[in-house]
Amino acid sequence: MAKKIMTVDDSATIRQMLKFTLSDAGFEVIEAIDGVDACAKLKENPVNMVITDLNMPKMDGIELIREVRKDPANRFVPIIMLTTESQEAKKQEGKSAGASGWIVKPFSPEQLLAVVKMVLVA
Amino acid sequence: MNDLLLETFREEVAEILSELENSLLELEENTADSAAVDRVFRSLHTIKGSSSMVGLDKISEFVHDIESVYDLVREGALVVTRELINLTLTAKDQLKTLVSSLISNEKIETKGLDAIGAQFSAMLPLSAAGPVRTAGAERGVGEKLTYRIRFRPSPDMFRKGLNPLFILRELKQLGDCLVIPQLDEIPPLETLQAEECYLHWDIVLTTDKDPDEIRDIFIFVEDSCLELTLDVIDDGGLLDTEFGYKKLGEILVERGDLNEEQLNTALRAKGKIGTKLVDSGLVTSGVIETALAEQRHVQDIRQVRKNTEIASSIRVRSDKLDALVNLIGELVTVQARLSQHSSSHVDSELLAISEEVERLTWDLRDQVLNIRMLPIGTTFTRYRRLVRDLCSELGKNVVLEAVGAETELDKTVIDRLSDPLVHLIRNSVDHGIEKPEQRQAAGKPAVGTVRLSALHTGANVTITISDDGCGLDRTLLLKRGRELGLISAEVDPSDRDLFNIIFTPGFSTTETVTSVSGRGVGMDIVKRSVEELRGSITVHSHPGCGTEFAIKLPLTLAIIDGLLVKIADESYVFPLSAVEECVELHRADSAANDRDLANVRGEIVPYIRLRDFFTMPDSEREIEQIVIAQIEGMRIGFVVDYVIGEHQTVIKSLGKFYHGIKGLSGATILGNGSVALILDLAQIADRAAVLENSSLR
Repeated sequence: MAKKIMTVDDSATIRQMLKFTLSDAGFEVIEAIDGVDACAKLKENPVNMVITDLNMPKMDGIELIREVRKDPANRFVPIIMLTTESQEAKKQEGKSAGASGWIVKPFSPEQLLAVVKMVLVA
Repeated sequence: MNDLLLETFREEVAEILSELENSLLELEENTADSAAVDRVFRSLHTIKGSSSMVGLDKISEFVHDIESVYDLVREGALVVTRELINLTLTAKDQLKTLVSSLISNEKIETKGLDAIGAQFSAMLPLSAAGPVRTAGAERGVGEKLTYRIRFRPSPDMFRKGLNPLFILRELKQLGDCLVIPQLDEIPPLETLQAEECYLHWDIVLTTDKDPDEIRDIFIFVEDSCLELTLDVIDDGGLLDTEFGYKKLGEILVERGDLNEEQLNTALRAKGKIGTKLVDSGLVTSGVIETALAEQRHVQDIRQVRKNTEIASSIRVRSDKLDALVNLIGELVTVQARLSQHSSSHVDSELLAISEEVERLTWDLRDQVLNIRMLPIGTTFTRYRRLVRDLCSELGKNVVLEAVGAETELDKTVIDRLSDPLVHLIRNSVDHGIEKPEQRQAAGKPAVGTVRLSALHTGANVTITISDDGCGLDRTLLLKRGRELGLISAEVDPSDRDLFNIIFTPGFSTTETVTSVSGRGVGMDIVKRSVEELRGSITVHSHPGCGTEFAIKLPLTLAIIDGLLVKIADESYVFPLSAVEECVELHRADSAANDRDLANVRGEIVPYIRLRDFFTMPDSEREIEQIVIAQIEGMRIGFVVDYVIGEHQTVIKSLGKFYHGIKGLSGATILGNGSVALILDLAQIADRAAVLENSSLR
């Protein structure tokens, strides 16, 4: 069965890019537009991995990571955050919140898949 | 690519590009406007980011170089010039057309980008140019490093959604990898926390990847690891004279599992060091196992490398080899004497020894001659340069294609072949290949090709130099040939005969002498050089399609397999490579027809009586022998008195005095000390044909 990945980003372009790359690589993709949306959808659909942006309206990425880790079912789920070069402090914050890794924007589909491969069995 | 994503990207880039244009025009008015430079830089940066996000790496790389140029401008290292602005505007226009016509990222046409991109990257210092260009420059390709990695992840690794198995699996994909898990920290079952990671790993990895690439694998766990070390323990370089690897104790100390003092104490006690250390509780058995595995691994890869090093080469002065070949020649001669002596004495033991010596001598001969073989490709590079220089001198466009560079030939042959080949290649470029405009008018590609190929054919090597030029001009050759009296007016010669007149000394069809060729000296020298190497040269040509010279050469000059025959009590040697078969000639048969033709299994083979050729009296024997040889594609017989058999022929040159004699290419010394002459069959056949023609007239 295809592994499920949740992508969380407020930018439609990024979401599309993620969805295109991931579904092309054989993953099932569930999209969320912000942290609140993500939390709601996670309750309904257990996923194998979460990819989240950090700057989002309503609930940002750091808070989302904390929320996800609180749920016993999602304690071991790999979480990848999307950062930019200038967000070093945010990255550290995300890691202590329980993120598994990060991808620096902009990234290519190949880079994305390489990171996914590092934390998830295809 | 997703259409919607592409659409978003297209709109975004169009917007940025028009901004970019504005900023550039402002910058042109005031080249010191740093705010405009910043805007240009930012626009470029954004395009780079977006295009890499949608997978248009080509565009991203292209913009990267422009961006780097403007980065230099920002730093004050480059000054804004009109040219730079113009170039950037051209680049902007290119991008605009490219992006607006974008349908999918597979089908982008980047030809226009490359030229502009090159101009930008030319402005950059080497290190600032695209990352692709500088990668992997440090180490030679294929060189492998061996790393020692100790990976002790933090116990809460699993709670970060990470799994050490994935990391180990990535490592395994990099190369020859040895993973030894260390189990000593696993607590008793009652205190074990299922969610903690108690294991750590020692890894020995042999790969061609850089340390940075290996560190990349650990990127997410790096800063939370309790211990993560990466050491190079073997760099794939030259080995010390001492073979093998460090001792177990040394490895343990190096790994920090043991200190010097502990090691020395342990060494003083009796027994195996590993067992002693474990027993004394200094190290765990897992650590010993790792160190031993590392030792074995490195020893193995070094053994492999040493083997390949042994199989490589040493340099020897070529005169030493020449001396060796001479000695082998003498040995072969002496061995022939021994064989002859032993066969005429009834002594089975002597015969056995003699045969043994014979076998060894032959092996030795083959080995030594093999040492002298060099790939002909070593000289091909010179010709490439020659063609290049000739092209610029003559205003032509020619590429040299070399095939069969690995073909091996005796070193002496290669050395002496160099001048003739230079001459033939000059001729091909000068006379053969036309000027680019003439070629295009003839419907040929503007770039001419000269092909140099070397190929083994039996005991020979055939080297061909061919071009796709205009070919030999038959009418012109015929005209010049008649003018010089080489061809009589009434004869219409065959292509072969006609083309062969280019090898006549002093023959040239060119009216004007160029610095490159046309002096009418050369082709005869080429032919003579090739014949001195006991080779032959032939020429084929088709008008408009090109000319081909084929040089056929023996593999070696020193020792050949020969067929020993007797004519009037004198010994002669046929080169065995040319001989096809021997048949008997009965006097009754030859008397039946007055033409010198033999019927060999229904095939008519012309023969030459060597007694006639050497003006010796008729043998008047009932049965003579015909040795049938292959000469320039024809089967020709040579009548001799007796065929003795195969003979290892050490070739001795005849000396200057005998240089002009046709039909002999050298001499050899036989086992009984007498001299046998080596026949040059092609020359005999030619001469016989000439004699016959004149007698017909």
